[in-house]
Amino acid sequence: MASPQKTKKKTGAVAAPAPAPAPAPVPGRKLFEYAPAPESRAAAGEIASSNGHFIGGEFVGSSGKEALKTVDPSTEEVLAEFAQGTEEDVERAVKAARDAFGPWSALPGAERGKYLFRIARIIQERSRELAVLESIDNGKPIRETRDVDLPLVAAHFFYYAGWADKLEFASYGPDPKPVGVAAQVIPWNFPLLMLAWKIAPALATGNTVVLKPAETTPLTALRFAEICRQAGLPKGVVNIVTGDGRTGAALTAHPGVDKVAFTGSTEVGRAIARTLAGTRTRLSLELGGKAANIVFDDAPVDQAVEGIVDGIFFNQGHVCCAGSRLLVQESVHDEVMESLKRRMATLRVGDPLDKNTDVGAINSAAQLARIRELADAGEAEGAERWSPACELPSSGYWFAPTVFTNVSATHRVAREEIFGPVLSVLTFRTPEEAVAKANNTPYGLSAGIWTEKGSRILWMASKLRAGVVWSNTFNKFDPTSPFGGYKESGYGREGGRHGLEAYLDV
Amino acid sequence: MSETTTPRLDVHKTYKLFVGGKFPRSESGRVYEVTDRKTGDWLANVPQGTRKDTRDAVAAARKAVGGWSGATAYNRGQILYRAAEMLQGRREQFAAEVALSEGVSTKKAAALVEAAVDRWVWYAGWTDKVAQIAGSANPVAGPYFNLSTPEPTGVVGVVAPTRGNGFSLLGLVSAIAPVIATGNTAVVALAPDAPLPGLSLGEVLATSDLPGGVVNLVSGRTEDIAPTLASHQDVNALDLTGVNSPEGPGSARALETLAADTLKRVRRPDVTDDWTAAQGTDRLLAFLETKTVWHPMGI
Repeated sequence: MASPQKTKKKTGAVAAPAPAPAPAPVPGRKLFEYAPAPESRAAAGEIASSNGHFIGGEFVGSSGKEALKTVDPSTEEVLAEFAQGTEEDVERAVKAARDAFGPWSALPGAERGKYLFRIARIIQERSRELAVLESIDNGKPIRETRDVDLPLVAAHFFYYAGWADKLEFASYGPDPKPVGVAAQVIPWNFPLLMLAWKIAPALATGNTVVLKPAETTPLTALRFAEICRQAGLPKGVVNIVTGDGRTGAALTAHPGVDKVAFTGSTEVGRAIARTLAGTRTRLSLELGGKAANIVFDDAPVDQAVEGIVDGIFFNQGHVCCAGSRLLVQESVHDEVMESLKRRMATLRVGDPLDKNTDVGAINSAAQLARIRELADAGEAEGAERWSPACELPSSGYWFAPTVFTNVSATHRVAREEIFGPVLSVLTFRTPEEAVAKANNTPYGLSAGIWTEKGSRILWMASKLRAGVVWSNTFNKFDPTSPFGGYKESGYGREGGRHGLEAYLDV
Repeated sequence: MSETTTPRLDVHKTYKLFVGGKFPRSESGRVYEVTDRKTGDWLANVPQGTRKDTRDAVAAARKAVGGWSGATAYNRGQILYRAAEMLQGRREQFAAEVALSEGVSTKKAAALVEAAVDRWVWYAGWTDKVAQIAGSANPVAGPYFNLSTPEPTGVVGVVAPTRGNGFSLLGLVSAIAPVIATGNTAVVALAPDAPLPGLSLGEVLATSDLPGGVVNLVSGRTEDIAPTLASHQDVNALDLTGVNSPEGPGSARALETLAADTLKRVRRPDVTDDWTAAQGTDRLLAFLETKTVWHPMGI
């Protein structure tokens, strides 16, 4: 489940008098001061200074000489070097996966499931280590890695472990077969969780995999390779090749691959779809989003504001399903904005390893530049920019939580995925207008609805062109719940019974 | 009084496109000749649908999405069943067209037409069941109601079957019915060499209470029609069943490359050689999106 979220029922009359134009909260106002409560960096375990790939059950060097560096985005300190995977490395990994496919797919489902159960258990045992390592490599707050990412990672393996010997009941036919070798390319925003979303269903259904983690967050994937060894997973069932987009392109285009699963940008997703045009290689894509979070005038404002904050500032807004467009009913715009700004002023931005931190570091210099560019464009196009007073550390990549008001549908901040802690606010008058504005995007990954009226929730939910609709909540995830987009947010679903289909030859 | 009997002259049908519930000619004014599969004799001049005709058809299909996807599943089922009824009543005409199109005997063609009637019936029964096999209630680890339901993806471009036993009508119905049963609308590129049963199917659909635009039938060159569908921003998915060019603008590679620009859902070319075989649910499920709705539980 997503971050535990305290919700308070709104008290008092529903029709609050329209407040004066949102007064800026007291600069730097804090409800409470917190003493630093840093998690120990040492808990991440030893980080090797130089890392190769994990192929055929062994940690091996690259055939090439090029090495990349991964940094702690909160300090810009280099954490480790890792190999830039070459075409030859990819070739070796695909071959290892191919060699392992026969025996692995022939195992009784119950045995495959037991390996996955073992992995789930070891992840639980080592969850503190993995949470700290993830925070260091990614920049996300330890509270998120500890309370959201890691529990979901273990839960995902647990869930799909149980499917391995029950596939004939999944309604994909009496004896569904695996696809073969799966090439999986994952993003940097939830490195280990995305690995779990990819590897758990693939292995449960009898496939073998070659996975490439993102070039800014390779460390937890390499640590996962150790877990595969501890679990005694047969060699070659999971192979991990590190590198940047060049490695990803070599992997997804490899003719020995039967299935490609990609999570990342829509642009790269399109390129992969073009590469695979005319082949029989299966493809599932989980791409960008520009979700509308829609607040009606009868919504409990405090709850809605918590949902708005969770929707856009969770994980620094590095979330494909982030509620990056707030659509608020005109009559409550001022009230919601006032409350939202007050709440934003209490967000603690800083050291990802501090257990009090709400918003961590931006994952990379490149991503920070992209967020800055789009935020500057927002200002240049005439939207009104606001951030709470907030001291940002002097080194590292940081961006203060930001909200844009007076946004029109044509502004770049309303159309383009920013993938950062930047919220664009638009207004609407009627439910029909809300639906039209929400759907006015090539994306269709998620949406949020805040209203006390049940029939309106169901009507809205049926009209919104989005794969996940959170009503009176936001950014909730669960291994049993299918996740994936409409339109240019991709195709295929991950999670639940539906998530099996991408890895079955059906 | 001497009686001279002159044989009565048949009235030939002018074959026309079926777009938005109407029967237009091609905007180009062009036609091409369709011939008897066996003898090569001339059968009819059919419209050579163009890129513009295809775009018009997509516009009609898009316009129909709201009403058709919003109709109750029961209502859609009744309308599909009505299509079966209309086809049943005209089976002799269709048998003649199928025989000429596929080069089979009239007797065999009659059986293929009856199979097509039965296929409409099969899919008619699916409209109000597919959500029950494709959806799920998800037991998430928390106090939330969580339900996944299938929804139509929108406008589906269909490259009609071009080969296999029964392709010209039974295959066509087997491609169209699952697309529309779930609430999608369709623009169909008919088999260029065998479009007559397809063009006549428009007359069946026009009298089946099917709202205009739900099915649009375009005859012409696949290399004109299919790339237009594949690149069109307002087409959500492609069914490439009938694609069989190994290269060129009508090939799977070219069409899937175009489709990638808007990340269309693509059902790849089919190698079915016998359309009388029992169908599975894969065609029904191919053009659905899964929507998952969460809501907290509490008092």
